[in-house]
Amino acid sequence: MDKTISGVPLTYGKASGEVLFLDEPISFWGGVDLDGVIAEERHQQYKASCVGKVLVMTSSRGSSSGSFCLMELMRKNLAPVAIVITEPDGVICTGVLVGKETFGMDLPVIKVKLADLAEFKTGQNVTVLSQIDDAQAIIKAS
Amino acid sequence: MLDGERGEAVALAMRLLTELGRIKGATHMIDIESAHIDGCIFYGQAGLDYANKLVSLGAKVVVPTTVNVGSMDLIHPGLVLEQTEHERTVANGARKIMQAYADMGVNQTWTCAPYQADVRPEFGKDIAWAESNAIVFANSVLGARTDRYGDFMDIASAITGKAPYAGLHIPENRVGHLILDCTSLSDRVKDLDILYPLLGYLAGHYAGTKNPVFVGLPSEIHEDKLKALGAASASSGGVGLFHIVGCTPEAPTLESVVANPSAIPTYVIDADLLQTTRDEVSTAIQGSKLDAVSLGTPHASFDEIKSLVDELSNGEQISPSVKFYINTGRTILKQATEAGYIKKLVDHSVQVVTDTCAYTAYIFKPGTKTVITNSGKVAHYVPANMGVDVVLATLAECVDSARKGVVTWDSDLFHG
Repeated sequence: MDKTISGVPLTYGKASGEVLFLDEPISFWGGVDLDGVIAEERHQQYKASCVGKVLVMTSSRGSSSGSFCLMELMRKNLAPVAIVITEPDGVICTGVLVGKETFGMDLPVIKVKLADLAEFKTGQNVTVLSQIDDAQAIIKAS
Repeated sequence: MLDGERGEAVALAMRLLTELGRIKGATHMIDIESAHIDGCIFYGQAGLDYANKLVSLGAKVVVPTTVNVGSMDLIHPGLVLEQTEHERTVANGARKIMQAYADMGVNQTWTCAPYQADVRPEFGKDIAWAESNAIVFANSVLGARTDRYGDFMDIASAITGKAPYAGLHIPENRVGHLILDCTSLSDRVKDLDILYPLLGYLAGHYAGTKNPVFVGLPSEIHEDKLKALGAASASSGGVGLFHIVGCTPEAPTLESVVANPSAIPTYVIDADLLQTTRDEVSTAIQGSKLDAVSLGTPHASFDEIKSLVDELSNGEQISPSVKFYINTGRTILKQATEAGYIKKLVDHSVQVVTDTCAYTAYIFKPGTKTVITNSGKVAHYVPANMGVDVVLATLAECVDSARKGVVTWDSDLFHG
């Protein structure tokens, strides 16, 4: 049976994709390369691609220029399709909001409880729905 | 503003600020006195597309607005490499994005240290600043109030004059969250320039995005040292505000920033820890061949340029195998030129970089392997960004190493 995790909408939209679960935060400035691949050698998901994935992590970290880099990935269609995080991450959301204004693209970002993060596993198929006052991630039964 | 009454650009900017305010849990918008823009560094076409969209919609800044470094030295363009295709893409993009922000009516300062020459926000005033070192300096040293703005929201605030009431604008969020106890350090160590980037590096490590409070430091500390501390803390961590008890304006006493000191963590900073931290930050070893010196991150002040001139004046010339760079803003460049210091630097083969910085533009020549710096920020970012080894050192050690052409430092600097 599918499992629904409810959350808080940060940015709006609807998207489906395969989960990439990050064991630690990532910086989109320096930590992810121009092709959307994790480039930080010390990161546990080093060399994993974020392209088209539902990225699941606690939050991003590092420079606020991460907004710029995430938006550049959106422009090139190399960004994740949705992001599930546990904090109201201003760097990620700014990149997404400006990406929407500049390119008219949606990338739903939702906030879930830290305890619910463990429900997500790399490779699961997930649909993220985010609209005013309502956000959920539906994990498809494998 | 959202309805487009003041134009499409203002409506777009207000939509962004309203959405970010909702995400951050802001209750309302506040007026801001000034803005500092970081989105003018070129990291790709997307940021240029956004800036051009704002220009095409007629965006103009409505509060005094300074701009951070770009990815090009507009005054000395020959210093920036344009040999590979990637370098040319960045250089061309840099010129265009800097022009787009100029078209929106910003004060073309092109500096990461606008607070030392161009604009000095007053205590208690709300501002919307981006660039991590400028944020932490404005909050901590001047007592102005800015949240940690990043690329894109900075210009949205500049063209609306508004910011969401959240984060470090709110007095309750400006209290201290952890204590760094420096009382065991000797007066000699407290006077060393390198102490301050090291303290910043440690503060960022312990604090993350929380507010660290230092105790046991002098009541009078030159603001260049506070600048170095803040920049390092906002590189190794995400510090937006620090307090130094008895020194910075919001912390006359410990109790004024920490209601119950025994209830928050305390970390002791001693000579051994400083030694270990410097060794950890430095990736090159003593005696390595030196390729370049990089000073002025954040941009050098007038006093820092004078100190370098003094240091270079009493001793031999720097080794011809070493490139020596100091980054500064164009306002300081003008003042230092008028004072005769820039000519003296050029006579000592120092290259003065303006409008950009040796770690954001392609300044280091191909083949550069080892760089010495007095900047904790450069030491933190350069190994990964530029693929070179780095040594964090005092100004005197930087100059001494440049003369010898070999990395040289005092391995027992912090004891005694």
